[in-house]
Amino acid sequence: MPKRKELKKVLVIGSGPIIIGQAAEFDYSGSQACTSLREEGVKVVLVNSNPATIQTDHETADVVYIEPLRPGILAKIVEREKPDGIIGTMGGQTGLNLTMQLYERGFLKQFGVEVLGTGVDAIETASERGKFAELMHNIGEPVLDSVAANSIEDAVEFAKNHSYSLILRPAYTLGGSGGGVAHNESELVEKMKFGMRLSRIGQVLIEESVIGWGEFEYEVMRDGKGNCITVCNMENIDPMGIHTGESIVVAPSQTLSNDDHQMLRSAALKIINALNIKGGCNIQFALNQQTGEYYVIEVNPRLSRSSALASKATGYPIARVAAKIALGYSLDEIPNAITKKTPASFEPALDYVVVKIPRWPFDKMPEADRRIGTQMKSTGEVMAIGRNFEEALQKAVRSWEIKRKSLSESNFKSMEEILGNIRDATDMRIFAIYDALRRGVKPDEIAGLSGINMWFIEKMKNIFGVEKEIENSGKKIYRDGELLAKAKKFGFSDRQIACLIGSQEIEVRRRRKAAGVKPVYKIVDTCAAEFEASTPYYYSTYEEEDEANPKGIRKVIILGGGPIRIGQGIEFDYCCCHASFALREEGVQSIIINNNPETVSTDFDASDKLYFEPLAFEDVMNVIEREEPDGVIVQFGGQTSINLAMPLAEEGAKILGTGVEGIDLAEDRERFRKLLNELGIPQPKNGTARSFEDAFEVAERIGYPVVVRPSYVIAGRGMQIVYNSEELNRYIHEAVDVSEKRPVLIDKYVEDATECEIDGVSDRKRLFIGGIMEHIEKAGVHSGDASCVTPPINLSKGIQKKLVDYSRKITFALKNIGAINIQFAVQNDRIFVIEANPRASRTIPYLSKATGIPLAKIATKIALGHELDEYVGDMPKLPYFAVKSVVFPFLKLQGTDFVLGPEMKSTGESMGIDKDFGRAYYKALLGANLDIHTGGRVAISLRSDDKKHARSLAKEFRELGFEILATEGTSKAIGGGIPVSMVKKVSEGEPNIRTKILGGEIDLVINTPKKGKDALSDGFKIRRSALEANVPCITSIEAAFGIAEAIKKVKESDLTIEPLGYYMKILKGGKRG
Amino acid sequence: MGKRALLVLRDGSVFSGRGFGAEATSVGELVFNTNFCGYQESLTDPSYAGQILTATYPLVGNYGVNEEDSESDKVQVSGFVVREICDRPSHMKSKETLDEFMKRFDVPGIYDVDTRAIVRKIRNFGVMPACLSVYSGKEPDRDELLSKAEKLDYSKIDFVELVTTKKRKEYLVDGKRRVVLIDCGVKMSIIRELLKRNISVVSVPAKTSAQEILSLEPAGVLISNGPGDPELLTYVAKTVRELLHKLPIFGICLGHQVIAHAVGGKTFKLKFGHRGGNHPVKDLESGKVYITSQNHGYAVDEKSLPKGFVVTRRNLNDMTVEGMKHKELPVFSVQYHPEANPGPLDSRYLFDEFAKILG
Repeated sequence: MPKRKELKKVLVIGSGPIIIGQAAEFDYSGSQACTSLREEGVKVVLVNSNPATIQTDHETADVVYIEPLRPGILAKIVEREKPDGIIGTMGGQTGLNLTMQLYERGFLKQFGVEVLGTGVDAIETASERGKFAELMHNIGEPVLDSVAANSIEDAVEFAKNHSYSLILRPAYTLGGSGGGVAHNESELVEKMKFGMRLSRIGQVLIEESVIGWGEFEYEVMRDGKGNCITVCNMENIDPMGIHTGESIVVAPSQTLSNDDHQMLRSAALKIINALNIKGGCNIQFALNQQTGEYYVIEVNPRLSRSSALASKATGYPIARVAAKIALGYSLDEIPNAITKKTPASFEPALDYVVVKIPRWPFDKMPEADRRIGTQMKSTGEVMAIGRNFEEALQKAVRSWEIKRKSLSESNFKSMEEILGNIRDATDMRIFAIYDALRRGVKPDEIAGLSGINMWFIEKMKNIFGVEKEIENSGKKIYRDGELLAKAKKFGFSDRQIACLIGSQEIEVRRRRKAAGVKPVYKIVDTCAAEFEASTPYYYSTYEEEDEANPKGIRKVIILGGGPIRIGQGIEFDYCCCHASFALREEGVQSIIINNNPETVSTDFDASDKLYFEPLAFEDVMNVIEREEPDGVIVQFGGQTSINLAMPLAEEGAKILGTGVEGIDLAEDRERFRKLLNELGIPQPKNGTARSFEDAFEVAERIGYPVVVRPSYVIAGRGMQIVYNSEELNRYIHEAVDVSEKRPVLIDKYVEDATECEIDGVSDRKRLFIGGIMEHIEKAGVHSGDASCVTPPINLSKGIQKKLVDYSRKITFALKNIGAINIQFAVQNDRIFVIEANPRASRTIPYLSKATGIPLAKIATKIALGHELDEYVGDMPKLPYFAVKSVVFPFLKLQGTDFVLGPEMKSTGESMGIDKDFGRAYYKALLGANLDIHTGGRVAISLRSDDKKHARSLAKEFRELGFEILATEGTSKAIGGGIPVSMVKKVSEGEPNIRTKILGGEIDLVINTPKKGKDALSDGFKIRRSALEANVPCITSIEAAFGIAEAIKKVKESDLTIEPLGYYMKILKGGKRG
Repeated sequence: MGKRALLVLRDGSVFSGRGFGAEATSVGELVFNTNFCGYQESLTDPSYAGQILTATYPLVGNYGVNEEDSESDKVQVSGFVVREICDRPSHMKSKETLDEFMKRFDVPGIYDVDTRAIVRKIRNFGVMPACLSVYSGKEPDRDELLSKAEKLDYSKIDFVELVTTKKRKEYLVDGKRRVVLIDCGVKMSIIRELLKRNISVVSVPAKTSAQEILSLEPAGVLISNGPGDPELLTYVAKTVRELLHKLPIFGICLGHQVIAHAVGGKTFKLKFGHRGGNHPVKDLESGKVYITSQNHGYAVDEKSLPKGFVVTRRNLNDMTVEGMKHKELPVFSVQYHPEANPGPLDSRYLFDEFAKILG
């Protein structure tokens, strides 16, 4: 029973697709909140457009709406469901903004819905900088002098009385969108324009800067009675000037004395009281560590990325407790979920060090500006736990999954490059610092350049000191148990040691174990061992006592997917959670290994045992040796876990599901090509190049355009379509190393083909296909970036039958057990197989939601030995449509272009479900934050190839009532009879298409980019201006037609607002709704 | 540093690590504290006299040692057990390293040991005597260290006698009010809190009689924190008993326990005590919960309290008594540390309340 018995039904708002600044942490907080609310007997209604979320599972919420997170739609849901309360603080800035919009428009009052937990006044005060500054003045907490500027004049006026640099922060935005530093007036004016457009209320806070000061965060909780606790504090290693989401962060703080800490903690408590927060909040401080002065920088009156990190760092479930507070409980009435015996009204004590490192997408977007600053660019993060800073940092670097596997692999070309990376912080700064230390740069010089506290630099120097000892010792280290133990205590990996002494990882591992140097596992227990913990949440270290306590029962290890990055998003975490739930249902102990602090899978509730460890061979194998599981499941953690299958199997681990042979057969392009030949299944012409010369030969033989990529790729990394030998030359030289060991794969690019894919589960005897998903964009766009629809809309029955037939053949040939994904290109009546992935794909959650069939769970049970017949029959025939759409990070990444290709660039996805394709697509687009108007002005500029469609496209939009603007060429292609206003290209002078977009005169931009890469083109400028002006920009002709269809349907009939259960009912009933 | 160290517990377990601080051997009751910072305050807190302190937080010494944060004029612990010690601290106020500080006061420390294992041992089996030896060269005889540990009977030693002020000390401010502080091993922060409120403080040795105190004509009496078993402090209890009806009294930590004994109550030893800055205490009158700074190994037995006393506060972790007051007289006490240092400042209002009853 909730404390407040009148609360029977509560609406929880999710955060939508994964975008930069809003990732998996809000599925974690939302799901935890739902569970916490339902424990109290409250019925939970959940709204989110992101299908790859645990919170949208019917096991998590009572009523699930997969609908766009728009105020109008939310209002309809509120009207229908009539909840007693609403909780918007779990859904990031999206959830918070929506709650405010519903409140401001009077919907909440109209339907008698109470905002639970932190109220609207608190949200308003914390979010609107002017009000916030006033409150801080009233309670005597120092804030930087600032002005809430509603116009450029306001900003310039403020600058007159303050010295540059000035910091700009648009109100109500997330991840520092549109924020930045202005060093002079012209930058100020430019950034004001941008910031005002991005702020929901057109307001930008201009603030004095304290760049270089220490940045500290406090996670604070408060209940309705006014009881407050701080869950933990965190120190940003990167000082002020770098967004906390972009900083390397350590918990607890390392350089604060008790006095410093208590000063900030007391301020935090004073602030949360003054704001009247009921739940959790995050408070950021800037501290001058030379003078002791501090300022309050900002308050997030909601769950946040930092609160997720704090939860994982301490074991304290902030969202769970916040949800109970929202129901009226006080902190002392809520039990500590870890000790079970002590209450939630305490402050966690850590006996370890936590390091978080952001994961940036620059590997996928080499053209982006790599400098980091006040605006977020990272997509995800890794966390590592150690008993000292050195160990935690090195484990975090190992978890990062980037090219450099350890700090020892820091090798910059020149001192200039090193110092540049340190001074103008980039994603590579930590490596640059390490390399600088190696080259003898003094720690205080590095501290001076970077603003990073000396303490951290000295610690890195310690690491380098041990590196030197290892290097000097060489292979003698094998007989020097003390040095080996020291190396491990400082976080050195076997692989790193092997590199330093010229050996192999496996050899170091063997010798180390022989020397008795083995890890032990300690528990994260919120209380530094003061009380017994009932929650098995572990990390490794090199010490004496081991607390792992493995039981001799049936158990299986699930490997997670690591940090959220482009190509490997929340979808894989979703699958891992489901695998864990399936194991529990089977009475098998589930053990998860993962290193991502944002996710549900690293919630101690999601598995029976959690090992928070790097997903590197060494660390995973250590857990396997300690636990001796019945098997390891690698098919749900994306490429991260699949890549570990082979080395783990070689060391004797039992891989459940598809074996390593099957994985290799599918992943090794050459073997796969032979397999398809044997099966008589067509594939695009292709070849493998092992040298530079090879590449040209193969490309000539199969004919341009070709798709080139390195073998064993993740999400199309380094993949590109090349149209001629010149481009191929550039690709080979700039993008990849080609060698005997690292072949480059070359496929014929199937032009004008429809791409489609299947997700299925097989038990060797049978393949169950969850659905055929037809891509909306033409083949050539990475499947992760393409929108898709199920059931297909353009594929004939015959084609579909053939797809199923090919899928079966491939599945059985791979001896696949568990999940499989196969991708096809359909050109006229011909079907080509593009690839097969013997693992869970990123479309599994979407398809599971669309069909109501939990594919990942079934795949897990199959891997345990069950048969498909126990769970599923034939492929479901959906009497409705489910469309998946995607979101891109281009806005946040300066210098990047909005062009889709075989390299994946999207960060997240949304789903739209409705009775026809048009409306489902429209919902998916809305869900993906594309504000598609059903009328207004559309600006069209098409590349020559697409001009043949210009007339019919223009006609469709004209019939929908749009006013059409087109550039000269496109306008000619449209021809007579359709009224078109000609608009100048950017290069033709002003006013032009760009100025019109920026001026707010355009509602929709359709711009299909030229083939090949050309960043300085007119098209690039058009697309960037659309991004900046927040105008939807469509870059493929198929999507443009799709949108016309969508708008048409939306004009004909209202969007269907029904919970997911409704669709499942009509699916079972087999009738069209 | 290059020194080695051994920590031998009475149960025979031995932890071998590196040594810091003084090259010396000492015995003490092995306890742990869960604060992640505030080591300088703890090390100099006289309540830790006779104890070897283990820091649960693994990194100690990060911000060095400064001239402001000591709670007394020396390091009071018998030894310090940490996972890792920082030899290059970073803080604007730092004047020396932790190692130098410990050396200066001739106290041994051990690092590079599995402190979590030690803490778990204490948690499971209770606090126990231990012997800590820092050495260079030959390892000392482990049995000898063990027998030293075995010989220690912490609850039989009057540590207050060792740490109380030897003579009366006056801390004067302009205000009219004056408080006598019975120094059982006071932390400087308590005196600072009173001075901040314009209250002069006359600190007297623990054995000072009631008559002597009354002759100083104070507005009230504060009985300070301190080390050891309160049962031994019959002489302070006697003094308090005689003052009970004559002056407002405020007891902190050991002072709280002594008040209990003064009115015929009893105390008992906790398995592993409360030491840290994260303990939830509920004020039973207001219903509010405070996060408190704690350092005590004994607690007041609620059932033993006479009718005139009411329990005002409770620790929510184990429901033990954290505060009490007399129903009619201006006498109250808390088991925790409103002066903080280290730990949360949330309970400093108690000094305001004391100031109020002083009139």
